[in-house]
Amino acid sequence: MAEEKEALFSKKNRALLSDPLDDNNPISVQVLGICSALAITVQLKPALVMSIAVLFVIIASNVIVSLLRNLIPSRIRIIVQLLIVASLVILVDQILKAYAYDVSKELSVFVGLIITNCIVMGRLEAFALANGPWKAFLDGVGNGAGYALILVIVAFFRELLGSGKLMGFEVLGHKAKTIAESTGVYALGYENNGFMLLSPMALITVGIIIWIQRSKNRSLIED
Amino acid sequence: MDTNSNKYTFLFAIVMVTIIAGLLSYTATTLKPLQQKNIRAEKMQNILSAIGVDVSRESADAGFDKYIKQQLALKKDGTVDENSKAFELSLKKEIKKDSINQRLPLYIAEKEGKTFYVIPLYGAGLWDAIWGYIALDSDKNTIVGANFDHKGETPGLGAEITTDWFEEQFVGKTLLEDLEAGFAIDNFISVKAVKGGAKAEDLHGVDGISGGTITSDGISDMLQERLARYLPYFKNN
Repeated sequence: MAEEKEALFSKKNRALLSDPLDDNNPISVQVLGICSALAITVQLKPALVMSIAVLFVIIASNVIVSLLRNLIPSRIRIIVQLLIVASLVILVDQILKAYAYDVSKELSVFVGLIITNCIVMGRLEAFALANGPWKAFLDGVGNGAGYALILVIVAFFRELLGSGKLMGFEVLGHKAKTIAESTGVYALGYENNGFMLLSPMALITVGIIIWIQRSKNRSLIED
Repeated sequence: MDTNSNKYTFLFAIVMVTIIAGLLSYTATTLKPLQQKNIRAEKMQNILSAIGVDVSRESADAGFDKYIKQQLALKKDGTVDENSKAFELSLKKEIKKDSINQRLPLYIAEKEGKTFYVIPLYGAGLWDAIWGYIALDSDKNTIVGANFDHKGETPGLGAEITTDWFEEQFVGKTLLEDLEAGFAIDNFISVKAVKGGAKAEDLHGVDGISGGTITSDGISDMLQERLARYLPYFKNN
């Protein structure tokens, strides 16, 4: 069996990790999971937590489905996948409510929406059902990280330009009621761009990321 | 093994569902005490923030014991029902009962030698429930603090009720037409969120939220309906 002899990090397997970060990014190339990319990128912290939650769910469901791939009756495979994803999401939700209550309040409905995140179901259907658990694991890490990468970039710019903070810290100085009392760039008359906090700017930010990515990576340009 | 036979499909579904149901119920039961502790602590934080005390979630219990001197469950006539505990009352459930059976929670706080009255609120916004706490000065007439929260109001519009600018407007507003005339229902005006903005000298109005009129009206109705019920108690104490 050729597959068993394959090294753990063979070139093919490394591609499973690196492809989703650029050439095959779930958000910027496949344009999946946009809904949550718009909704929870106002601040960096919830975006990070959401990324970790999605990463956990996508890895775990990929591995579980891959292990069961020869046992799952093909007629009900979508239902089985949904069941596995949904239970994992409920687990994440319950754990957040118990150990990170503030974060769970902030993410509120979006944790539940991981169930419908096309990236998760897409990977199960396209990859985990046809590959072994180790490859499925790598695929999960790669796609989860690709999703996280875009989410964090978008959240970084939205929080920085929208509220002048990063992870809740006032990195651009403190904005007081008058310019005279302000510090940092606010003392020069700088104003936060409130528009960055609204979802249209998330879409535009994702658009800019796609633009930059395509201008650097010629293989993505269609004829 | 034929994984496509009906028998196998049914069997697989049944086994799978049973395992998952067991796993999820186990997690839910084990984590419940921790989750409820968080919800309790948050309630305490909200009550304290109405009188301007900010505590962390961990120190909520200690802060609550320090500032809240009395927790009363009031009956309709303003007398105290010794049999029910104010903190354990769920306003969501109470509000559905008729006014004879309803118990009204009231928290009496003491901060820097002054007495404050904190009244929990519960009402309806545009999409779902809205709730909050309002703190009255020792004259039981002047508002010293308010905080609101909601389940599903529109972000940027109705959901603005949770922002500082909206909540801070309530400070200094009064509930009664004339404090001298006492706590009678015909002397009670409450505070309303006024569409298009309240006049600066208006003691019973705050600016409503542009684009969030129904949520603003929900706030007005909630204050009117809830606070009026405490008049008998305030009259006698």
